[in-house]
Amino acid sequence: MVEKGIDKNYMKVEFLSKSSNESFARVVVAAFASQLDPTIEEISDIKTAVSEAVTNAIIHGYEYGEGIVVVEAKLEGNKIEITVEDFGKGIENIQKAMEPFYTSKPNLERSGMGFTVMETFMDELVVESEVNKGTKVIMTKVINSQSNRE
Amino acid sequence: MTYDIVDSQLIVKLSGELDHHTSESLRKKIDQCYNSRNLSSIIFDLRDLKFMDSSGIGLIMGRYKICKEKSGNVSIVSTSPYINRILKMSGIYKIIRVFSTIDDAIKG
Repeated sequence: MVEKGIDKNYMKVEFLSKSSNESFARVVVAAFASQLDPTIEEISDIKTAVSEAVTNAIIHGYEYGEGIVVVEAKLEGNKIEITVEDFGKGIENIQKAMEPFYTSKPNLERSGMGFTVMETFMDELVVESEVNKGTKVIMTKVINSQSNRE
Repeated sequence: MTYDIVDSQLIVKLSGELDHHTSESLRKKIDQCYNSRNLSSIIFDLRDLKFMDSSGIGLIMGRYKICKEKSGNVSIVSTSPYINRILKMSGIYKIIRVFSTIDDAIKG
């Protein structure tokens, strides 16, 4: 029997909290998401959002120390759900962290736009965090498959 | 990254991907070049950039502060709708001018 379209799919990848893995993470998720036949713009959105979440895990979660970052992606129908998780220091005040231009590390020239970018480029963003336990960012996006649009 | 100097303005041409990882070494290179030549302004040419996240915004804003201290300015050359979208979202358009050609950026 030949399956038409994607019903459900899942992937998980984990890697060390090294900044060189930021591009690895976004390329992996983008390649997985390509099964939904996204437009170039949708792929760019996903790559950027993943990059922001993974960068946060490295800079803020582990504060440049060594740790594991877990990236998962689920495809269901025309929707992708991406989870980026670290087991680092956690966020004390999630609401404040999500304010545009807020950064806890102004000396590092961070723009404070990470969560704003994730919110804008994805359809849904949920942030769960516990101090000294870690942070989990769950992002979803509906892909209007190119073949569906034709 | 490649650079050029025209009328004491540093033109920084970026290619490839600008994220947190690549921005750290770029920042050092740009600052070294800017400081060692006593320049005033920086023009970022982003036309060959394939990817940029908010780390790029941080890098540009950081250079903006440095240039302002020397009474200089920062401008951007960008034609990619994708890059322009993230620039616009960041509010950078309010303080930094974006041009579509290098010549326009040099003229200001």
